[in-house]
Amino acid sequence: MEGQLAHIGAGLAAIGSGAAAIGVGNVAGNYLAGALRNPSAAASQTATLFIGIAFAEALGIFSFLVALLLMFAV
Amino acid sequence: MAVEAQGAEEGGLVFHPMDQFIVKPLFGGSEVGMFTITNVTLWMFLAVLAVVALMVLGTSRRAIIPSRTQSVGELAYGFVYKMVEDVAGKDALAFFPYIMTLFMFIVFANFLGLIPMSFTTTSHFAVTVVLALLVFVTVTVVGFVKNGSKFLGLFWVASAPLALRPVLAVIEVISYFVRPVSHSIRLAGNLMAGHAVIKVFAGFAAIAVVSPISVVAITAMYGLEILVSFIQAYVFTILTCVYLKDALHPSH
Repeated sequence: MEGQLAHIGAGLAAIGSGAAAIGVGNVAGNYLAGALRNPSAAASQTATLFIGIAFAEALGIFSFLVALLLMFAV
Repeated sequence: MAVEAQGAEEGGLVFHPMDQFIVKPLFGGSEVGMFTITNVTLWMFLAVLAVVALMVLGTSRRAIIPSRTQSVGELAYGFVYKMVEDVAGKDALAFFPYIMTLFMFIVFANFLGLIPMSFTTTSHFAVTVVLALLVFVTVTVVGFVKNGSKFLGLFWVASAPLALRPVLAVIEVISYFVRPVSHSIRLAGNLMAGHAVIKVFAGFAAIAVVSPISVVAITAMYGLEILVSFIQAYVFTILTCVYLKDALHPSH
């Protein structure tokens, strides 16, 4: 029974990947919106874009890690 | 792995998607000790060999009209050099060799991991945690050596209202110590997740009805993984630059 509960928990943790997807989409979408308004400034901001995406994505990866721990370590 | 493969009775291939990450000794035996030569050792060595081959062979001729190898080497050098200069500032260029080494090693380990039947060393937390901890220790030591006790100003946000500063200090300290965790898990997690997804689709390929979809999905995921391999190496390097900038100029 406990093992099955852990699998349900792992499935619930996968919601976190969806939340991270929203975050990454927000970052990339806003970058694109800004870049289309001022294309000349776009190239200088790609580094910031990737840093922002990395930070948003990290939390999704954390939820993936929680899912893995529940699947294999609990 | 704790869970056995269960695809057999459903017509899938009999393997577990996480089987590809098992560390095996190369020369017999099943014990993995401190100095056992395993597949991780082999593929890390190949990554180092590939980096050395690219940079040494590429720059040995130093032709005015560069060969393809030289072009790639110069491109990689210029790319990382510009990144360090733009993100971390001119005085961070003293650390350029370290950051270049990090970038080249991670990029080659990621790409070698994409070869079928190979082993992705950077998908193991043991590998990435060492890389991230080295960055963390380096950055902290550099911060204290260059700025002395002023480095602690990183945690004391002088521009915030006085009442808020202790609260912010707690948050800043926590976020500082979470850095090596997120830094390492981001790289390993991304690669492991991508490779596991490819293997999950490969498991479906044995079922005749869905196998065309599965093959297309594997190809698409593989393309995405090529992108991810590069972007994660880039992100790891650029975050190193950001941390270095914080250490060299701790005031907000």
